[in-house]
Amino acid sequence: MSKERNRRRILAVAAIMVAAGVLAFLAFGGIGENLVYYWSPSELESSGDKAIGATIRLGGLVEPGSIQHSEDGLTLRFAVTDGEASVPITTKSVPPAMFREGVGVVVEGSVNRAGEFETQRLLVKHDNQYQAPGEGEDLDMAEMMQSMQFEADQKAKEQENVE
Amino acid sequence: MTRQFKWDSGIGLLGLLLLFAGSYIGLFVAPAERYMGEVQRIMYVHVPSAWNAMLCYTLAFIFAIVSLWTHRPKWDAMTTAAVEMGIVLNALLLVQGSIWARATWGVWWDWDVRLTTSLILVLLFAGVLTLRSFVLDTGRRATWTAIATIVAFVDVPLVYFCVRWWRSLHQVQSTPDTVAPMMVVPLRINAFAILFIAIWMMAQRTRLELERRRQDEVAQPERLAPMGGSTHE
Repeated sequence: MSKERNRRRILAVAAIMVAAGVLAFLAFGGIGENLVYYWSPSELESSGDKAIGATIRLGGLVEPGSIQHSEDGLTLRFAVTDGEASVPITTKSVPPAMFREGVGVVVEGSVNRAGEFETQRLLVKHDNQYQAPGEGEDLDMAEMMQSMQFEADQKAKEQENVE
Repeated sequence: MTRQFKWDSGIGLLGLLLLFAGSYIGLFVAPAERYMGEVQRIMYVHVPSAWNAMLCYTLAFIFAIVSLWTHRPKWDAMTTAAVEMGIVLNALLLVQGSIWARATWGVWWDWDVRLTTSLILVLLFAGVLTLRSFVLDTGRRATWTAIATIVAFVDVPLVYFCVRWWRSLHQVQSTPDTVAPMMVVPLRINAFAILFIAIWMMAQRTRLELERRRQDEVAQPERLAPMGGSTHE
């Protein structure tokens, strides 16, 4: 019977090691480089003409003062920024109620020949701030920018450079 | 079986009372969120569901290790109870999150890393239960359930850390600093409420599982014979 018990204990240790190994690979295996949920405006800009026509996700903050509705009310234009680069967006979709200046957005679509990012899927990204009305309603772009997690990537890149 | 008041019934009752109190404060006392408005109140069940689902899976992971180590029926029953409770809370989590997402992000679903890993999580543990139901021998059933639980658990830290490691649509974890004080109160009350209800249900489910195991062993006595020593015709 003790042989059977040993077999089970070896199985236990093996199962834990497999689990830990998979997790370590996901955490430190650099899989994040291929797992970019959205591009930043800077990344899109630096990719140049390669990005034209390809379906991509772009994330950033809605640039204050950039929101424009066309006269017929069907087209919405605004710019998405990461503080360095800014990409003009055009969409015919209805924005979520949370859409406003300075909020984080993720748009799915492609860049047309005119250099405009066309999207039919406009998502608003909420940050981890939950406040009562009237508190902190002044727009703090630097604070909002944190919600886009561009710096999380930056840290990972810096770490790799050190290695 | 005689009906008697079990220790966990008291905890379950306390959990229900707390859930009522926490939800009342969350719905009528706490302020509406400045941008999201009333829909943000779904947070008072969404976040406690998430915390407790992760806790149940973590308990299942620990119970599974002890179950493999000791091979006592009690730990196998507790592993199963914790996995099932985790699945229930995980399913609730996905539904609540989807409703909240439609109102804030503008979509019911998106293949964001947090959402995807959470969906994989519920499928993985549903797989554990499926595997369990395939094995008739109670001893082997316990072994396979425990191993599958340990392997499926990999996704739990992934669900927690993915929003920090990678860009996602889902926001990173809130802290009491990023949440208004009157919102923290119902959040905490409901977290304990769901914890107590989960403990209650897991205790009930553990007893039921042990009873089922006894019945399985009565129904299939030949399966208790040592391997290769079966006299079954």
